[in-house]
Amino acid sequence: MAYAGVAPERTTFYEQGTTDKPTGLKSWLLSTDHKRIGIMYLTAMMFFFAIAVSLGLLIRLELLTSGPTLPFVNQRIYNSFFTLHGVIMIFLFVVPGLPSVFGNFFLPLQLGAEDVSFPRLNLFSFYLYMTGAVLALVSIVMPGGSPDTGWTFYVPYSYETGPAAIMAGLAAFVLGFSSILTGLNFVTTIHRMRAKGMGFFKMPLFTWSLYATAWIQVLATPVIGITLMLVLAERFLQVGVFNPALGGDPVLYQHLFWMYSHPAVYVMVLPAMGVVSDMLATFCHRTIFGYKAIALSSMSIAVVGYLVWGHHMFTTGISPTSAKIFSLLTFFVAVPTGMKIFNWVATMYKASIELKTPMLYTLAFIFQFSIGGLTGLPLAALSTDIQLHDTYFVLGHFHYVAFGGIVFAFFGGLYYWYPKMFGRMYDERQGVIGFLLQFIGFNLLYFPMFMLGLKGMPRRYYDYLPEYESLHALSTYGSWILAAGLLLMAWNFLRSLGKGEEAPDNPWEGTTLEWDTTSPPPLLNFDKEIVVTRGPYDYPEEETR
Amino acid sequence: MFSGVSTFAPEIDSAMAFILWWSAILMIGITAFMVYCMVRYSRKNNPKPTHIHGSVALETIWTVLPTILVLIMFYKAFGTFELMTTRPDDAMKVKVTGLKWRWVFEYENGKKADELVVPVNQAVELELHSPDVLHSFYVPAFRIKKDVVPGKDNWTWFEASEKGNYNVFCAEYCGNDHSYMLSTVRVVDSGEYSTWLNTKSEVLSGPDLLAAKGCIACHSLDGSSLVGPTFQGIFGKMETVVTDGEERQQRVDEDYLRKSILEPAVDLVKGYANQMPSQAGLLTDEELDAIIETIKELKE
Ligand code: HEC
Ligand SMILES: [Cu+2]
Repeated sequence: MAYAGVAPERTTFYEQGTTDKPTGLKSWLLSTDHKRIGIMYLTAMMFFFAIAVSLGLLIRLELLTSGPTLPFVNQRIYNSFFTLHGVIMIFLFVVPGLPSVFGNFFLPLQLGAEDVSFPRLNLFSFYLYMTGAVLALVSIVMPGGSPDTGWTFYVPYSYETGPAAIMAGLAAFVLGFSSILTGLNFVTTIHRMRAKGMGFFKMPLFTWSLYATAWIQVLATPVIGITLMLVLAERFLQVGVFNPALGGDPVLYQHLFWMYSHPAVYVMVLPAMGVVSDMLATFCHRTIFGYKAIALSSMSIAVVGYLVWGHHMFTTGISPTSAKIFSLLTFFVAVPTGMKIFNWVATMYKASIELKTPMLYTLAFIFQFSIGGLTGLPLAALSTDIQLHDTYFVLGHFHYVAFGGIVFAFFGGLYYWYPKMFGRMYDERQGVIGFLLQFIGFNLLYFPMFMLGLKGMPRRYYDYLPEYESLHALSTYGSWILAAGLLLMAWNFLRSLGKGEEAPDNPWEGTTLEWDTTSPPPLLNFDKEIVVTRGPYDYPEEETR
Repeated sequence: MFSGVSTFAPEIDSAMAFILWWSAILMIGITAFMVYCMVRYSRKNNPKPTHIHGSVALETIWTVLPTILVLIMFYKAFGTFELMTTRPDDAMKVKVTGLKWRWVFEYENGKKADELVVPVNQAVELELHSPDVLHSFYVPAFRIKKDVVPGKDNWTWFEASEKGNYNVFCAEYCGNDHSYMLSTVRVVDSGEYSTWLNTKSEVLSGPDLLAAKGCIACHSLDGSSLVGPTFQGIFGKMETVVTDGEERQQRVDEDYLRKSILEPAVDLVKGYANQMPSQAGLLTDEELDAIIETIKELKE
């Protein structure tokens, strides 16, 4: 992948690698350069994302009408559709996505560092990720049919399904290790590799969010590893842990599962908040409002987020006292989250706003993520959750957070950093049209789910009563518009790789350090020594005044 | 939204309305402010931004006020939950079994039914059991939902305040026919209820019976293999079964059929997994006999 757009004396990381030969497949697969690793993650993830989206579209198509809709999709196949859709989206894209792609590429750049602390470990994490991904894909073609347990693998049902569920569990186990090692690497990098003069409170907010995320990755992910080990031990050694037939407790499984998987929600969402904070400051062309509040609220979300997993279990028959405590703690996550949203919109006040594509995604993030967050409130409250738990309301809620929030932030970030990563500009007009299609399609797809849920439509249903049909149909139409937007975006990115205009070093007048180097950056990121004297969002014009 | 018809529905609905209305107000506020800024402070209208770094007063306000608001929300949903998780004294009891993929309701006098019939304005306590996997007993109109966990004695209760028929769903994913695991709650007046309770339910026969008892979700009548083996032509045939890991030959006779239905895990038909929920206690003697009769008649 030779890069042709810069003057010869500026060698980019595409032309100079960490291996003997700077170009060719091997120079990528064996590269320990954080930027190349980031791009490899991006490539792999876009592939998995495309698979998971296709499955999602098939799900929506099947639900277009009440009764069986697609000729070749029966209950069993439909159940594997939503299982694989969830497993691939969650474990292969949304959880690792932002840290692995943008964290890898931009964390060292934002710190003014040459690379992460442990570059080889970083490459190893990538291969763990790929191994996990391959295992997950292998599970699809295992004898006895694809996994059909839902992405949560709840016991005892998951014990009934054949080898596919074991394989998928193994995949999650390996992916967990990739996540732990990435977290470890980032924590160390942030502590040890900051440029001269960069104190913690001079770090950009994306870096701050990666710091909070990395701690969760290190501390929470082992729980899922242990849980999956216990599942395997139970299956092969017949030790009763979760299986009631062996004297185990299926609710214990849920505790352990959510003890990891709820914090994992913050692994997904915190970096998204970080990206959004950076983009917001850049396109408002002013300093961010409440920098410290945003940075520290990430940390408090990370801490409180640990202690709220029980809100997934109010209907399981856990003791009412513990349910009350979990409910109360869950409400306390809402406070720092709300605080972030208020600081973001305050940043728009007296700003000088440029509505470029990444900014549109940023605004859509704030809008959709707020809806996602606020619809979390009736799910955190005790009696209202009893009604809404495991209905379409929950589907709406977490798709507003995961897709409307995290994935929109991911796309925004991709537009924002595209010039830096590839040295080319994307097409602005196509970017805007693609955004509008996605925004309209997304809301049409997921908003009806809140209504369905309030009317009592349970989730993971292959078929439904006719009274729910019109809302389901509306949702399916939305999925088509969304798909059109995604296709246009993919086309824009792919075409601009070769045909896009040459990107300047700092196309958006950003103030964080990654804009201080060339586009794309050289192998060791900066040609000069970096000494930081100002805050991440301080504008030069302000200092002279 | 539909109106709720249990005694705690009004209170839950008011908590829900409180939360959703406040969410809507916040949402409108946030969106309106964003749109205003987008226009008023666009690059064109405001080329020179003002760099405001923050405000301790504002941070305090938008920490304290939301905290108070969410505490009220917590409190509003708390009281009903307390009520929902406290066993009523004067409740009539019904034993509910959720199994793949149907609901069975058993009354104190031993009557078993596929639908839940209850008198209006009477507290009803449901004891929830599962012989196989997780299910969840969900009646949207009553605002109740409780997981049915194998090996755990969960329960829930309600008091219906209006006569009518209401949907019962399974809300916890339980495999193939999860979405067909439906039933009805029929709320009737107390006279009608006691007549119903004291009449024997009619026993269906033939394929209708197999359908009503959920057997055809796993067993075909036409020779094709589903989750379990077909019923067609099995009676009288020699079958290879696995007992305690040992393969052996077994003739399909009445006793074997009876045992296969009540203790399916003991003799597994070769080539099939142990996935059939035991029907022990879930079929009346008449029903069991009628099922066996039906299978006997399903010749090739
Ligand atoms: C969840 C799926 C499922 C349901 C529902 C189910 N079965 Fe089964 N059944 C199986 C499986 C799997 C087997 C084979 C393994 C075994 O022998 O337990 C089986 C085996 C049997 C056999 C032995 C068949 C033979 O060829 O030897 C009989 C008889 C039977 N079931 C009757 C019933 C009846 C009657 C019902 C309805 C009340 C029913 N089953 C409901 C899954 C199911
Ligand atoms: Cu069920």
